[in-house]
Amino acid sequence: MSTLNPLDPLLKIYSDTESVRLSSGTPIADRVVTDIFAYTEKLTQRVVLREDCLQTSWKDNIDKIVISRVFGYPLMLLLLGTVFWLTIAGANVPSAMIASVLFAFQDVLTHWFQLVQAPAWLHGVLVLGMYRTLAWVTAVMLPPMAIFFPLFTLLEDLGYLPRVAFNLDNMFKKANACGKQCLTMCMGFGCNAAGVVAARIIDSPRERLIAILTNNFVPCNGRFPTLIAIASIFMASTLFLSQSLLAAGMITLLVLLGVAFTFAVSWTLSKTILKGEPSSLVLELPPYRLPKVGAVFYRSLIDRTIFVLRRALVVAAPAGALTWILANVYIGNVSVIAYIAGVLDPIAKAIGLDGFILMAFILGLPANEIVVPILLMSYLSTGQLTEFNSLFELKKVLLANGWTWLTAFNTMLFALLHWPCATTLLSMYKETGSKKWTFMGFIIPTVIAFSVCFIIAQAAYLLGLV
Amino acid sequence: MKLKLGDHSNAPNDHSRVMREQFGIRTTGEQYVIALAGNPNVGKSTVFNALTGLHQHTGNWPGKTVDNAQGHYSYRNKSFLLVDLPGTYSLLAHSVEEEIARDFICFGQPDATIVVLDATSLERNLNLALQVMEISSKVIICVNLIDEARKKKLSINFGELEKELGVPIVPTAARNGEGLSDLQKAVYSMVVEKKKTWPKQIPYSEEVEQAISALLPKVEALSLASLVNPKWLALRLLDSDVSFIETISRYAATQPQKTVASQRQGGEFIL
Amino acid sequence: MKMLSVPLSTLKLGEKSNVVHLNVIGLLRRRILDLGIVPGTVLTCIGKAPAGDPIAYLVRGAVIALRSEDASLIVVEQV
Repeated sequence: MSTLNPLDPLLKIYSDTESVRLSSGTPIADRVVTDIFAYTEKLTQRVVLREDCLQTSWKDNIDKIVISRVFGYPLMLLLLGTVFWLTIAGANVPSAMIASVLFAFQDVLTHWFQLVQAPAWLHGVLVLGMYRTLAWVTAVMLPPMAIFFPLFTLLEDLGYLPRVAFNLDNMFKKANACGKQCLTMCMGFGCNAAGVVAARIIDSPRERLIAILTNNFVPCNGRFPTLIAIASIFMASTLFLSQSLLAAGMITLLVLLGVAFTFAVSWTLSKTILKGEPSSLVLELPPYRLPKVGAVFYRSLIDRTIFVLRRALVVAAPAGALTWILANVYIGNVSVIAYIAGVLDPIAKAIGLDGFILMAFILGLPANEIVVPILLMSYLSTGQLTEFNSLFELKKVLLANGWTWLTAFNTMLFALLHWPCATTLLSMYKETGSKKWTFMGFIIPTVIAFSVCFIIAQAAYLLGLV
Repeated sequence: MKLKLGDHSNAPNDHSRVMREQFGIRTTGEQYVIALAGNPNVGKSTVFNALTGLHQHTGNWPGKTVDNAQGHYSYRNKSFLLVDLPGTYSLLAHSVEEEIARDFICFGQPDATIVVLDATSLERNLNLALQVMEISSKVIICVNLIDEARKKKLSINFGELEKELGVPIVPTAARNGEGLSDLQKAVYSMVVEKKKTWPKQIPYSEEVEQAISALLPKVEALSLASLVNPKWLALRLLDSDVSFIETISRYAATQPQKTVASQRQGGEFIL
Repeated sequence: MKMLSVPLSTLKLGEKSNVVHLNVIGLLRRRILDLGIVPGTVLTCIGKAPAGDPIAYLVRGAVIALRSEDASLIVVEQV
């Protein structure tokens, strides 16, 4: 597809030399490369001296365990579970601290509004809606992200992540995908948009697309609060384990479910609309290196703080304002929010949710982390997040609104499987350059979420389990 | 005296700026543009981060979905813009990353290129350094991870290496900050003080040399020959994809015609 | 003793070999060459994934992993 004049003198020489390029059995190109390496080999022998020949360091032996048949997989699961546990448990205290500071400031804001005698609706929109949601989202999102991303970067700098790709490549090959997809999935745990961008490490466009389309099945940090909250309150009461350990266990199980869906959908895609031959894997396993923990945390903290705050300001704050407005504007004697929830209720009930939950997910399109605030604000029909620092209060609200085990379970499933957030969809569009594939990235999870929840809900109803 | 591709410091300033803007590089005032190349996993980002600190931002290369990180640092009152090229094993292969690295080094006219190597893996890493040296004489080789090399009880004769390769060799352990000021000094020397280099030319086998000699007369007859090292061009005609040849032709078409005499720039090439 | 030419994928853990010939084509060929796997290069099999595939090889001081079907296209003689 040359845009140049075919009579271009340079191109003419190029086509004339075709025979030279392909002569003598091995293409000249190979000879050129061989010559370069012959030179570097000799040069290196001259200038590099190994003082202790044949001494293998303990680092060389790490791989014997990491990729072994016996320890390889369990080690991966253990590390994954540990990262989750650290993210969840480690975030508790900072979240509570940030929440108390920001919520305390809300009282200051309220005081100012009273001072200038601002109308109640303005206070409602700006403080109760916008600011409150912004505060909640920052308190809930910043600590886990500030822990997860540095941990992930540490594993990357350590050199461990290529070993994960190495161990799992076989499974991905069976789904006609690339082993490096697991790295995009790992990134997706932090943020699905980041996971989509990370798919650049996959060379084959077909396999890259599979990684992009399925990244959503890995729950991102934005969905953790939803999953943790529900898991904690509905499971903790029945077992005697510590809440954070249980929550971590629940999350790990859901994640594994998401991984299972990833494989299933990848396999299906490569058998249907993304058919093609598996491409080759050429993966370098770098030596293990101790990373500079301080530098990694410092850089990650700054990057993540900026990201979370920006999203909170751009997405969460307006969403909070909108929700407050919808909850406090009435059609007849029903708030707009209750009205919409009522319209959605039949569909929602069919899949084991209720109208408010479905609406919260829909309104949560801009960012997954606002689903819970929106849900709570709509349940509490004053459209305001009341004080509840304990999840116990949350449970009361949910139970009071008709939540059963099915609601909890299906909400978690829906949270895991549903459409990607707007940032992720935008990233998909930027990376693929295609409206068609971005739409596929939206429709595939949506259809799966509805179908799976429908089947489970109907089965539960039929069997009289609810 | 033939000029190498990329050595256009005598070219008008605004022309360089235009070229760079095609790559999404925007310089402020008298900023020197330094390209940072290297294999994946050699600690290139560590070098980049160590030199630029928080004065960096990441975007995309124009029209491509590949990360482009740029950052700047100051040394002796001069400002240097560091462009972190995608990690590549070679400039000869055909992935988007390798194309970007190659196109920028060849046509982006950086004031200098730092090639970062892994001290524990020199044999493989030198491949890229030698290829860059074929394109430009303004190359600095940064041998990173020397702390890892020490742990592996490897000792490298940097003096001998520098003598053989003819370009500055700077050992670093960017993680610990070792060698970074030497690197900045070497960059300063090269772009501000215009210190000369004599990059080693790759000794090819007879088969290749013969093919080059056969092509050379045809290549030298081209008008393109005044802009580009004919030997390099002959080699690329022998081993590249047609798309790269087209890229070269397109680049040549945007350059103003020059006489050979006005293109002298330090550095002799041992042909 | 005549050296047998075998596919790289048949190498067992710890075995060393010299590259004789590359049957790989296309993009994979370029990648393999750029990593320094050219005729005459020494390759050592140093690890296999839990499922037996991919396989990790020591190449000029670095470790590169290949899928067995790709490794089978590289012809080596055992050392």
